[in-house]
Amino acid sequence: MSILTKADPAGPAGSARALSERRPLGDRGFQILALAAGLLVLLILVLIAVSTSQQASSWFSTEGLKIFSSSWDPAANKFGALPFIYGTAITAVIALVMAVPVSVGIALLLNEVVPYRWSRPIVYVIDLLAVVPSVVWGLWGILVFAPWIQHIYGSIGSGVNGIPVLGNLFGTPTSGASFFTAGIILAFMITPIVTSLSREVIATVPAIDREGAYALGATRWEMIRGAVWPHSQGGVVGAVLLGLGRAMGETIAAALVIGSSPTITSHLFAPGYNMPSVIANEFGEASGVFRAGLMGLGVLLFAFTIIINVVARAVVERSARRQRGA
Amino acid sequence: MAVSAGRQIVDLREPPSWRRTKNRIMTVLMVLAFVLVMVPLGFVLYTVIAKGASIISWQFLTGSIPPNVLPANVGGMGPAVVGTLEITALATVMAVPLGVLGAVYLNEYGGNKLLAKVIGFMSDVMTGVPSIVMGLFIFSIWVLHFGYSGLAGALALGCLMLPIVIRSTYEMLRLVPDSLREGSYALGASKARVTVTIVLPAAIGGIVSGALLAVARAAGETAPLLFTILTVTTVNRNVFSGANTSLPSQIFANASSPYVGAQARGWGAALTLIAIAFILMIVARFVTARFARYQR
Amino acid sequence: MEEPEQYAVANRQLTEPAVQQEAPTEPGAFVSPGESVFETKNVSIYYGSFRAVTDVSLSIHEHEITAFIGPSGCGKTTVLRTLNRMNDLVVGARVEGDVHYRGASLYAKDVSPIAVRRRIGMVFQKPNPFPKSIYDNAAYGPRINGERSKAKLDEIVERSLRQAALWDEVKDRLNKSALGLSGGQQQRLCIARTLSVEPDVVLMDEPCSALDPIATGAIEDLMQEIKSKYTIVIVTHNMQQATRVSDRTAFFSVLINEKSDTRTGVLVEYDRTAKLFQDPRDGRTKAYVTGRMG
Repeated sequence: MSILTKADPAGPAGSARALSERRPLGDRGFQILALAAGLLVLLILVLIAVSTSQQASSWFSTEGLKIFSSSWDPAANKFGALPFIYGTAITAVIALVMAVPVSVGIALLLNEVVPYRWSRPIVYVIDLLAVVPSVVWGLWGILVFAPWIQHIYGSIGSGVNGIPVLGNLFGTPTSGASFFTAGIILAFMITPIVTSLSREVIATVPAIDREGAYALGATRWEMIRGAVWPHSQGGVVGAVLLGLGRAMGETIAAALVIGSSPTITSHLFAPGYNMPSVIANEFGEASGVFRAGLMGLGVLLFAFTIIINVVARAVVERSARRQRGA
Repeated sequence: MAVSAGRQIVDLREPPSWRRTKNRIMTVLMVLAFVLVMVPLGFVLYTVIAKGASIISWQFLTGSIPPNVLPANVGGMGPAVVGTLEITALATVMAVPLGVLGAVYLNEYGGNKLLAKVIGFMSDVMTGVPSIVMGLFIFSIWVLHFGYSGLAGALALGCLMLPIVIRSTYEMLRLVPDSLREGSYALGASKARVTVTIVLPAAIGGIVSGALLAVARAAGETAPLLFTILTVTTVNRNVFSGANTSLPSQIFANASSPYVGAQARGWGAALTLIAIAFILMIVARFVTARFARYQR
Repeated sequence: MEEPEQYAVANRQLTEPAVQQEAPTEPGAFVSPGESVFETKNVSIYYGSFRAVTDVSLSIHEHEITAFIGPSGCGKTTVLRTLNRMNDLVVGARVEGDVHYRGASLYAKDVSPIAVRRRIGMVFQKPNPFPKSIYDNAAYGPRINGERSKAKLDEIVERSLRQAALWDEVKDRLNKSALGLSGGQQQRLCIARTLSVEPDVVLMDEPCSALDPIATGAIEDLMQEIKSKYTIVIVTHNMQQATRVSDRTAFFSVLINEKSDTRTGVLVEYDRTAKLFQDPRDGRTKAYVTGRMG
């Protein structure tokens, strides 16, 4: 007797019974499992916020609003976070200023200039850039790059000393491990993500708009300015924000080359510090309020990057939706 | 311009103009951007290979980690290699199935529901959480109760990998045509069966490739391991208890050491790490080329 | 006010069910109502608030081939998919009215669509073999129904492939990917796959529209051969095909609602094929089958 009995036309009652099998248990279970896995994402995010804040609570309570003061001196029991917030901001800005034009340029190169056959190797190179681990960037940065660039800093530094704005930015003191070096290394590291997201955004520009520009006799650059850029503006802004988030959070490379000096200074070639670096370098030996303070820096970092990422994704979403609507 | 008797031929050559020059300049700038990126990459790879190749040997990959002061030809990075392999493997085993299930929820069950949209959005946001925050998280929630271990490190890496696997798997599931699902439904399969017997196998090439890239990323991460495995220099085959070490952790430790021997071992470890990441990347490409049935 | 009237016109056409009109025109063709496999009464199908098909009442009879014909957008595929609850997969799809399968309501609360689809199979417009081997395609249905024995599976696979007139062509390469077959072979494989679970009814949604004439002929022959064991409902836009293979034909058309700029499908006429094509009762049917419309 085959497992598969032909549906028996046994009359109304028989058919009705046959058609109302219970939903297989495995089906329900699988759905629940899948849902649970999805909810895990939300759960983890909530747990991160809760557990780290809890660990940092003694810092928040002892310092109160002074957590934003500009002096960080564990020996003297001072735990103001401003030097690190400043450092994070500065290095991220330096990184963006360098990485964004380069990344957008490469994205345009890949989408508009280069014939398809050549784009594959270029994309490979970008992927290769992305696959270099942060710690290797840091190793190279501190052992090779910093000593080399120190000379350049030195020359520039002594050259511009005395000139009003430039002197303050680029004058002495200079050091191989500094804000600027960290910024450069970070720029290398965020280029792949900004490039790839910009590419996706630029690729969604409809061919019709490009052809329209060409049909009017535009050069390629004019076509990019007129047809591609207005469409992909929003998305590229989103990509830049994502790069910003990445630059703020990138830890190990920065920790090795930033100079480990919690000072707020306008001198970009001087050693500095930022949030992830101080956590990486000092957490191991910290305890008590010191450790809570570092944890608190982690909380701040988490909050900043979440906000930036949410805004970035929302911006990309909105520009994509407008694209589809148009 | 040719002018023959009585007839003027239209001159379609482009007249020189500032517009054309500007276009050329821009094109050059775009190419320059790419070159600007290739230079440091080339430099790094060259340095790592040059400084690391001389120290790489079987003895290096299996030897124990000596004190930093000892010269380059002593010992190796054996414990770190073991640590990286076992911690990354554990993280993969935890993160990949959960990530695939999460993507299955988003694509097969979630549909247009608000919860699915929120989960999808926050999953993408989660890819931007700094890896050191993941380390602090697992420290707070696990290490303080259960101590340092490879498992703790794996948990932190797993949190890092999870949203990456979800996103890449989701993209692959989306590409599987609905006609396959319909064919399976029409034979009386339940949704779970359709997903497990038809959809996942159809997307498996892309799923594996995406997972491999996530593994490559995790293998190179240092920050999540800082406060979870408590970098030691002895080998620990038990990934579930006791402090451990890994290649990135050792590189980090050796990078700030003044001793030449330690630095040389650091370069060797860096080369090993890059080689691992590189191999994973190549295998991922191979899997995509051979097995990914549906590509964009 | 305009809307109900349009629908009312269609209703008037259908108050005399085709079955009643049926003086046996061919010997042995008389079928009693008790042998109807499907009975639909006043079925309307909605996607959200949009009424895609309105007020369909007809009966499908056992061991017959019933054809649904009509111009594009008239809802014939929608009605077909209602018969095996495939419309459940479309978000916002809703069925009103009664659909009875051998006396049991298909849309009752506790009815499992899975159980429904094991008895009512479907072949799709574009062949959709799974990216597996030919053997695994034909064995998929029995496997998900719990059959584990290799011997039994071999037997089922061979029987299904023979029924689909594909066995001789593939018996030596059962382990090769199904995607390596030609379009016509793939569609026959899909038919074999559908037959492998021994359903009661086979629904076919324009099964030949993606195939060349020779493959089409093979499938039409196939339909005649398996008719004695199954009940077949086929949607087709090819009238010649309908006349070639079907016993009964249902002609659907489109009602255009000018105000809301929507098109709703409606069943215009349902009769024995010969009668519908040679001597249709409704003007619209006549226009369609003589080629003036659609």
